[in-house]
Amino acid sequence: MIDDDREDLFAEATEEVSLDSPERDPILSPEPTPAITPVTPTTLVAPRMESKSGTAPASFDRSREEIEEEANGDFFDIEINVSDPEKVGDGMNAYMAYRVTTKTSISMFHQSEFSVKRRFSDFLGLHSKLATKYMHIGYIVPPAPEKSIVGMTKVKVGKEDSSSTEFVEKRRAALERYLQRTVKHPTLLQDPDLRQFLENSELPRAVNTQALSGAGILRMVNKAADAVNKMTIKMNESDAWFEEKQQQFENLDQQLRKLHASVEALVCHRKELSANTAAFAKSAAMLGNSEDHTALSRALSQLAEVEEKIDQLHQEQAFADFYMFSELLGDYIRLIAAVKGVFDHRMKCWQKWQDAQVTLQKKREAEAKLQLANKPDKLQQAKDEIKEWETKVQQGEKDFEQISKTIRKEVGRFEKERVKDFKTVIIKYLESLVQTQQQHFTITLQPFLIENHSNKNVMHVGGKSRELTLQAHSL
Amino acid sequence: MTTTLTEITHLPTLALLVCCEYLAIFKKTVAMHEVFLCRVAAHPILRKDLNFHVFLEYNQDLSVRGKNKKEKLEDFFKNMVKSADGVIVSGVKDVDDFFEHERTFLVEYHNRVKDASAKSDKMTRSHKNVADDYNRIGSSLYALGTQDSTDICKFFLKVSELFDKTRKIEARVSADEDLKLSDLLKYYLRESQAAKDLLYRRSRSLVDYENANKALDKARAKNKDVLQAETTQQICCQKFEKISESAKQELIDFKTRRVAAFRKNLVELAELELKHAKGEEFDDKHLPER
Repeated sequence: MIDDDREDLFAEATEEVSLDSPERDPILSPEPTPAITPVTPTTLVAPRMESKSGTAPASFDRSREEIEEEANGDFFDIEINVSDPEKVGDGMNAYMAYRVTTKTSISMFHQSEFSVKRRFSDFLGLHSKLATKYMHIGYIVPPAPEKSIVGMTKVKVGKEDSSSTEFVEKRRAALERYLQRTVKHPTLLQDPDLRQFLENSELPRAVNTQALSGAGILRMVNKAADAVNKMTIKMNESDAWFEEKQQQFENLDQQLRKLHASVEALVCHRKELSANTAAFAKSAAMLGNSEDHTALSRALSQLAEVEEKIDQLHQEQAFADFYMFSELLGDYIRLIAAVKGVFDHRMKCWQKWQDAQVTLQKKREAEAKLQLANKPDKLQQAKDEIKEWETKVQQGEKDFEQISKTIRKEVGRFEKERVKDFKTVIIKYLESLVQTQQQHFTITLQPFLIENHSNKNVMHVGGKSRELTLQAHSL
Repeated sequence: MTTTLTEITHLPTLALLVCCEYLAIFKKTVAMHEVFLCRVAAHPILRKDLNFHVFLEYNQDLSVRGKNKKEKLEDFFKNMVKSADGVIVSGVKDVDDFFEHERTFLVEYHNRVKDASAKSDKMTRSHKNVADDYNRIGSSLYALGTQDSTDICKFFLKVSELFDKTRKIEARVSADEDLKLSDLLKYYLRESQAAKDLLYRRSRSLVDYENANKALDKARAKNKDVLQAETTQQICCQKFEKISESAKQELIDFKTRRVAAFRKNLVELAELELKHAKGEEFDDKHLPER
């Protein structure tokens, strides 16, 4: 049976089929795959390119590589926006629905611009499906945003305060970033589940993402088992590249966590600063009111106004601190966890291969014994088993090579993306810092400066060439 | 291994940071002492005090004994008595409009200055926290940048530099604010308290004067110890009038000084901001390329 499926794959590939070909779909299972699949249907999934014959996959490879090159050349024309969070329902069954809008010119999609409504568990369901299908063969699947019981409960209960609005906004931005990262991945973009998520107006509810469901508990048990297994696997690393990379990612993880903690502290302190500045502004205004010297009273009121404006400034900067810098770091910490997961899968794959070799050896020994004992009927069975395990060993080796190859490519892609991402976001953040500082100076000096085109006492504020004349404040 | 190396290279920066902190505190202390001495020198009566002259002129070590426990305890009790008494005495309405007005004004002003001073302190402390965070972020970025010599690491090093610059500016702004605003408010908090104390002493002497008057009337009625009562009454009267006169002058001076001090500090604060804005190296030109 397994062989038959493989034959089909080869047959198609020789015909130089485009990725829109309807023949491909049955193999890729258009129905939503179950959210939790403890045993992965490896043969049904496209990305496996191994074959027995040498000729067939070549053209199949090529068409896939074409897509990947397009991706690398930034011709990836797909843009995703997550917007308009809307509360649906009431009480504890309420949830937030988000509008997911896709704009694309890729022919794989039925339209060039479309939008659907999705809820948070839909996103988690999508991630779960993608992770199950692709992680164990070495693809780095971007992690979905984290669940938050506290945050959601506040929203459900209907508290219309600033903290729940903030929470919703934070989540909306995180979901947008998640989808954008996922579609940037050339392999994941091909996935029918992803397409369905973006296009279909109705989606079956992914109940298995709930933490306390049967599937959720199974997940937790699996995670624990994995952790134990990881400790017991002692892999003979023949490839120095992998050892190096793992160490690198370990270091990077530590550094990013430290940095993230510092940035979170900054966000907190800046919010405090904003609150304290506002309090001071009010206090200064009161002081100005009770001061009976008119000019001084006026000066103090002006000071109060200035401080109020600065408070506004601080608030905006805190906002930027958070959304640009802190969230970027958080995303990457989670991404690196996914990368580490992929390395772990490779270890498991190696283990499977080794185990198959051990079993094969045992079967051979058993056969040898049977030869000596001269039991012809059992001998045949033993020979069959040996054949079976020889195949398994070969498969195990191929799988291991495949996953190693995929990981190398994925890590390369990940590093490129990371560099681009960090540069873009950090530069934007620095620009915001610069702007805030310039504005800070302008605001504090406002009462003292008037715009004047004469050349007396001109000065440049910051990098901008604004000509301002300094005038002594007449108290 | 790499982490300890970066720690070592950061030691000089740490020492520098401590020096900067020390310098900032030193500046503050010097400024406060200067203000105090100028005030004493400007005062018509205090400037003639012998202790003051000795302080300014004696070129050897003045061995000043600090207050011992007994004296500190005495001070504490005196304060308790004063505040209790002050409550009683403040109930007495003053005939003189000037003093009545001053008292109402001072009570309100003092409370508001206290509030403003506290809030200003909190604000300055928050500023300092933000500057410290920048410092930590800068060193984390530096650690990230020294991992290897790829493009992204050079980028991180540049960003770390920029954070350092921002931190310096933030630290300076917060130090200026502290010096010109927080300290000003703290000083006037104590000044307005001193003014209130002066009013209290005057009210105290008024009460004494009125009591002496009542005692005199009683003595005259009973015709007993009249002379003694008369002398007491006269002394009280003199004391009261003297304190009223000097208090009036002091309070007027207080207002003038207050206006001048606020003006001076607010203008100086603005000038410092201007200096930073001009000398600002932190602008668009210095951002790393995309």
